[in-house]
Amino acid sequence: MGMTMTQKILAEHAGLESVKAGQLIKVKVDMVLGNDITTPVAVKEFEKIGTNKVFDINKIAIVPDHFTPNKDIKSAEQVKMIREFSKKMGIVNFFEVGQMGVEHALLPEKGLVVAGDVVIGADSHTCTYGALGAFSTGVGSTDMAAGMATGETWFKVPEAIKFVLEGKPGKWVSGKDIILHIIGKIGVDGALYKSMEFTGEGLKYLSMDDRFSIANMAIEAGAKNGIFEVDEKTLAYIAEHSNKPYKVFKADEDAEYAEVYKIDLSTLRPTVAFPHLPENTRTIDEVGDIKIHQVVIGSCTNGRIEDLRIAAEVLKGKKVHPDVRCIIIPATQKIWKQAMNEGLFDIFIDAGAAVSTPTCGPCLGGHMGILAEGERAVATTNRNFVGRMGHPRSEVYLASPAVAAASAIAGKIASPE
Amino acid sequence: MNARGRVIKYGDNIDTDVIIPARYLNTSDPNELAKHCMEDLDKEFVNKVKAGDIVVAGKNFGCGSSREHAPIALKASGVSCVIAETFARIFYRNAINIGLPIVECPEATKSIEDGDEVSVDFDTGTIVNHTKGSSYKAAPFPDFLQELISAGGLIEYVKRQTQGGVV
Repeated sequence: MGMTMTQKILAEHAGLESVKAGQLIKVKVDMVLGNDITTPVAVKEFEKIGTNKVFDINKIAIVPDHFTPNKDIKSAEQVKMIREFSKKMGIVNFFEVGQMGVEHALLPEKGLVVAGDVVIGADSHTCTYGALGAFSTGVGSTDMAAGMATGETWFKVPEAIKFVLEGKPGKWVSGKDIILHIIGKIGVDGALYKSMEFTGEGLKYLSMDDRFSIANMAIEAGAKNGIFEVDEKTLAYIAEHSNKPYKVFKADEDAEYAEVYKIDLSTLRPTVAFPHLPENTRTIDEVGDIKIHQVVIGSCTNGRIEDLRIAAEVLKGKKVHPDVRCIIIPATQKIWKQAMNEGLFDIFIDAGAAVSTPTCGPCLGGHMGILAEGERAVATTNRNFVGRMGHPRSEVYLASPAVAAASAIAGKIASPE
Repeated sequence: MNARGRVIKYGDNIDTDVIIPARYLNTSDPNELAKHCMEDLDKEFVNKVKAGDIVVAGKNFGCGSSREHAPIALKASGVSCVIAETFARIFYRNAINIGLPIVECPEATKSIEDGDEVSVDFDTGTIVNHTKGSSYKAAPFPDFLQELISAGGLIEYVKRQTQGGVV
């Protein structure tokens, strides 16, 4: 019986000819990732193992991005602890403020993940790297600790759901709209324990930034990972960003799938997820009159250069509504500089938006844009759970950068059309 | 190993942001985290939870963020076991890794009600509802996970491996 893309990558990393869904296997990892919230717990667990070195100083990435630049004394202490740990262990890929970015935008940009890799990260959105044809998945701090010590982890081989993307999406339909549409269709546990494999002739219309957004939110459907078939765009991205050797895995013709969905991208509309679950989706035509107080454009889902370009296209020559705070957060230093050089900041600032240094900040209700009771935000982030961006009685509406920018101008959820 | 306690029941898709809101993640001290456990969903949880209590919930328990602080906060609150219809996969791993007992059993979660007295036998997978006089059977853990659990969690398991012991 044939294997899926994910199964082939896992088999190779387990040193096995083949694997099948449900099998428990031990695999070698190519990268272990942690951030400033999860790494402190991992360091404590690592120390209990009783080893004084990590398995490979080049295969661990530690990115303080959640509460950085540090918002308070406790979070500064947490980063201090992981900074000292990284120095002591000689970890090469520790990214300080000034070099850091939102981890899942940063790692691909730094060339640290390529096609065929197995990556575990103590952050649920580690599934982002599936856009590159890698197997990557979120784990907890203890798994991160064990991974740092041994260079290995265990997995139950997942079965997969195949999404065949067809047709060309309309001008204002982005990767974010595609993944919100899919989550709306299958639900927040629609892919629980499974892989989501994306393929089809429609892939050629999706940029790498679109694919990162889609793979990023696989976890919001409960998936173990989201993974894209590798094509010329993937290979061009890898060639531009990395010197690491890569390997392209293609699903077998006779691979078995739990389900297959065909999605005609040409029929999709800009899509918004209403509180308090990413599956509560409505098309932009069905949103009604929802007044808002804040817009956040950024995060590991939508803080990349194309996201900022689209926001600028919508905001150019316009003004942010007087009742709205619009906060724009380029995801990495490189993206920040690129946006600056392209003149995007002039557009944002002239429109009355604030531009922040890279941080996860408001996405998880950490800092840099917390909501008060009763306030509503349109955000290009990935979760709209109760209290996610601040007060438990605040609301987050998830949308694309285009919809978020249009909403900032209108003062209510609005279409960019 | 067994757990016995009074049930605190919640619904579907209980996410890790409500189990422990991110605004409290500037610490990893279990007792500090326990002070805010379930705060955004049920402000009374911290007042009513007693050592040994069992949390029962619907599908996809622990969805969202990978924060291990979520099972840590539940464990430090005194919760002896979580029974759910299904668990989100990262929470599932984390719970096993830190030694918070979890059981998947759709039949049990449908019929157990808030306040019921329930016991769980982890070796046999038997769940008994003493209030209703009914019992349910959960699927046992696969062998490898049983090994992890009996080793005392992932770190103890890895320790044995790295020190040349049981592999």
